[in-house]
Amino acid sequence: MTPLDDFDGLDFEDRMATATFDVAGDAHIVVDGDACEGCTTKACVTVCPASLFVELSSGGVLFNYEQCFECGSCYLVCNEAGAITWRYPEGGKGVIVRRG
Amino acid sequence: MTTDFEVVVVGAGPAGSIAALQLARAGIATCLLERGPFPGSKNVYGGVIYPRVLDGLLPAWRDEAPIQRVVTRRSTMLLTETQSVAVDVRVAAWGAPPYNGVTAYRSEFDQWLADQAVQAGATLVTSTTATGLRQEAGRVVGVSTDRPDGDLSCSLVVACDGVNSFLAREAGLYARFSRHHMTLGVKEVLALDRRELESRFNLTGREGCDIEMLGATGEITGGGFLYTNLDTLAVGCVLKLDDLAASARRPEEVLAALKAHPSIAPLVAGTELVEYAAHLIPEGGYDAMPTLGKPGIVVAGDAASMTLAAGVWLEGVNYAMAAGSTAAAAAVLAQAEPGGLAGTHRHYTRLLGASFVQQDHKRLRRAPRVVFSDFVQHVQPGLVCDVAESFFTVANPEAKPGLVRTIRRAMRARGISTRAALRSAIATVRVFR
Repeated sequence: MTPLDDFDGLDFEDRMATATFDVAGDAHIVVDGDACEGCTTKACVTVCPASLFVELSSGGVLFNYEQCFECGSCYLVCNEAGAITWRYPEGGKGVIVRRG
Repeated sequence: MTTDFEVVVVGAGPAGSIAALQLARAGIATCLLERGPFPGSKNVYGGVIYPRVLDGLLPAWRDEAPIQRVVTRRSTMLLTETQSVAVDVRVAAWGAPPYNGVTAYRSEFDQWLADQAVQAGATLVTSTTATGLRQEAGRVVGVSTDRPDGDLSCSLVVACDGVNSFLAREAGLYARFSRHHMTLGVKEVLALDRRELESRFNLTGREGCDIEMLGATGEITGGGFLYTNLDTLAVGCVLKLDDLAASARRPEEVLAALKAHPSIAPLVAGTELVEYAAHLIPEGGYDAMPTLGKPGIVVAGDAASMTLAAGVWLEGVNYAMAAGSTAAAAAVLAQAEPGGLAGTHRHYTRLLGASFVQQDHKRLRRAPRVVFSDFVQHVQPGLVCDVAESFFTVANPEAKPGLVRTIRRAMRARGISTRAALRSAIATVRVFR
């Protein structure tokens, strides 16, 4: 179990399972792994509310785009210019908020 | 030049749908673009829609709009880890028309608003993302979309594309678009039996409750909220993105701590999480706003940073709707002039400046600085709680101290200088006078 799991008696995966996603075929987030290796803050790992970014032992960052809330926090906190390229997913795809 | 539509409105949220409604009513050929599969499907908010703007635009809203509850109880709480002080305002009159504030699911409310625009004659196109602007000689002449052959030409783009504001940035309207003005909101919707909910929050019928919290987010600048729907609660926190990035804490961890607070835990006990969501909020106020338009484009709603996060006031949907309506009114004026719709921005800037949207934001332009100041965020809640605790603790046989002495003692215990307290008090009075 990572330190991110099991807050509030609720597993993070169970938390994310309450949100609805119609996953696009193409990733709307692109991360430049070379730029990440020199990054000392890795703020994307902390702030992403869907916890889509994971720090690798190599110093790089592993990410997935499938359960993205499309908030934009990751690219805004990214301190390595251009390491995260972020756009809205294809029309009709991505998160579907039912009780926002 | 022929165009596909006279106006393309990007984003079917409160700003975009009201703009499209009013444009269509004026007989202007309007396309309302929405990237989600339905309007509202990308939208999350912090709890209350203040509907005065709707009275004039859609007078039947009280009967027709999909509302959850009518807010009759508005509570503002200051919290430390173990204490809380609340100002609990209950106004029975708010429960009767015209209603002061209502709660709703944005998926339902925003869809209803977009439906009104469609009924008035606007063309709603969903599942279509605007990927960029088409510009000619510094003038916006259309948008590109991710549909095959989906580029749309028009005389005016109304950019209501939300907090990330890609279109206004591409148009060069943001001198400095900055994460420093952004907060991240995370929210849980929790199912609770309707009767239990009403007895827990002291509500009857469709009455609703909205609680705002300060001091509940630890070292991270921000706040918390809790509001009621018919048979769900929504609880969340709003966290300054810079602080969250600098902290080692995850957003859901901060929210879990807030929910575990002794004053909050009983309110959320026995509930079941039915949806977790997150969204950014532009909280920079007036000084973070972009230029509101240029030839061929105007910006409204979150895309123009039109949310007010001024401590006791937390509003956005109302400003978005008013700005959308103003954009349409400006378009009607521009259309009658030789330059046509492309000149909408000049009227929009002038009309919006005279409206409550800009007047509120301008008057409260320093509010974010005060509300997010270290004193208000991290010192004041503890001081107020300590003073209240001392004041109401019966320490017999010790005689009761006076209020001034209680405050002095509490300040000394927390190492707060009179100067710092006075400085914050003066700044607060200056902003809100």
